[in-house]
Amino acid sequence: MAAQVMTTKEAVQKFVRDGQLVCFGGFTHGIPFAIGHEMIRQRKKHLAVCKETPDLIVDQLLAAGCIDRLMFSWAGNPGVGSLHAFRRAVEQQVPNAVAIEEYTHFITGARYLAGASGLPFMPVTASVFASDLAKHSDVFKTIDCPFTGKKICLVKAINPDVAIIHGQRADREGNTQMWGIVGSNREIAMASERVIVSVEEIVDSEIVRRDPNRTVIPGFHVDAVIEEPWGAHPSYSQGYYDRDNQYYIDYEVTTRTRETHDKFLNEWVFSVSDRKEYLKHLGAERMVSLKTKSYYSTPVDYGYFG
Amino acid sequence: MVEWMSKTYAKDFSFQELMVAAASRELKDHEVVFVGIGIPQLGALLAQRTHAPNLTLIYESGVVGTRPERLPLSIGDPTLVSGTYGIFNFYETFSMLLQRGFIDVGFVGGAQVDKFGNINSTVIGDYEKPKVRLPGSGGGCEIAGLSKRIVIVTPHEKRRMVDKVDFVTSPGFLNGAEARERNGLSGGPSAVITTMGVLRFDEETKEMYLASYHPGLSVDQVKQNTGWDLKISPKVGETEPPTVEEVNILREDLDPQGIFLKKAVT
Repeated sequence: MAAQVMTTKEAVQKFVRDGQLVCFGGFTHGIPFAIGHEMIRQRKKHLAVCKETPDLIVDQLLAAGCIDRLMFSWAGNPGVGSLHAFRRAVEQQVPNAVAIEEYTHFITGARYLAGASGLPFMPVTASVFASDLAKHSDVFKTIDCPFTGKKICLVKAINPDVAIIHGQRADREGNTQMWGIVGSNREIAMASERVIVSVEEIVDSEIVRRDPNRTVIPGFHVDAVIEEPWGAHPSYSQGYYDRDNQYYIDYEVTTRTRETHDKFLNEWVFSVSDRKEYLKHLGAERMVSLKTKSYYSTPVDYGYFG
Repeated sequence: MVEWMSKTYAKDFSFQELMVAAASRELKDHEVVFVGIGIPQLGALLAQRTHAPNLTLIYESGVVGTRPERLPLSIGDPTLVSGTYGIFNFYETFSMLLQRGFIDVGFVGGAQVDKFGNINSTVIGDYEKPKVRLPGSGGGCEIAGLSKRIVIVTPHEKRRMVDKVDFVTSPGFLNGAEARERNGLSGGPSAVITTMGVLRFDEETKEMYLASYHPGLSVDQVKQNTGWDLKISPKVGETEPPTVEEVNILREDLDPQGIFLKKAVT
């Protein structure tokens, strides 16, 4: 069944339930902040979250006490420093104890790919067993390769309940397109039961169909498609706006204690009812400063074979 | 050594700048480099703007062959996309580029490095009850395990340069000698570039030794800031200083705001 166009609020109400395993897409590029903020506003609880780079959005879900279990491979503020809510949760169990399970980027990617391929595991080189990481995880194991006899690592598939993705554009059927850094968005979506996609703009289906190589997720596997301009701020959307680096730098300072972090959530999440109000709070001047100079690719000729 | 003679060395430079210049010299033109953000990245970008214009730089975000015009602030900065020749998805980057064996050099940092070149970027203290929780492996574990060689770039402090890391996130020579090969890994660290010197690894024991110390420092100072009894090369001398051109590129072109040069790597 094709996707339904809806608001972020409706999509989170309809498809995200307490206690579910939720996977966020985006890799520095296209982090789905708008949907994540709505999950905080709706006070989702006991979530298990998997995100190779949790970024600020998962840190905010941790600060708000939405997460019981976190799977990740690099938990930092990209290019800036620490994620303080993540550290408080791990070092002091504040605001709640969070079970962590950590991998390497390659292992996380392999979990997604296995899940997306309908397989129980994905084989990868056993190099991770030279590290101490293998002592603390049971989602990768070694066996002897039946063909070469050499030790090989099998990585357990992950199949999330819900994938949360931000793309650049989609049509009303949910066919979702991305360009620039695509990360694991296709694998995460195809591995998941439900898929929620926000995009910078919903476009005519003709635009998608004239450039099918750019499609990352087919609409038949998308449940909700949301038009949410600036839905990835303070991360960026290639061709639409730059990363708000000052926000990432300020976040490092303003979230160092639980009290200041709560104040931060009040200002940027609870005091606004949706993304439109968030952007009003952000202000036109700041938005203009993040706008990108256009830099078009040359259109390619697919040829018409009708 | 005509080229050496014709270089104009900078007189005014910081140890951070020297570290970046020394790191850049570890790279040869036409090599394929897997680049970590921060100080390691500055070394690779400096090499690309000086002696190695044909380096292929790969970031773990999947960007392949990038020549960023402005300083990338994260491994997924959009400036990496402007003008790059390819973008792989996340899994492909690690499987088809790294695991398949195409990476000549892994260029990495680390919170702790031990005498066998093992890197810790996971926890300080006990894993279950950490004193400090660090970001974790990211791409580091496999970059260190599967690149043909690794160059480690890190500030030189006693708490960072330790006898044994609290946690092996990214494997170096493990317990030394043949340990790395026994674990099925080839390659390994070829150099550790710090704010105090250039360190390399004994061919047999695989223990790190001091190859050169930075101008203005002494062997004793380096030893005092190292967490084990550091061995010294019989040929130890001063590190080649950065050139005027290198310092200018760093200050005016690559990091004019001092975002990475004025801050310690974490």
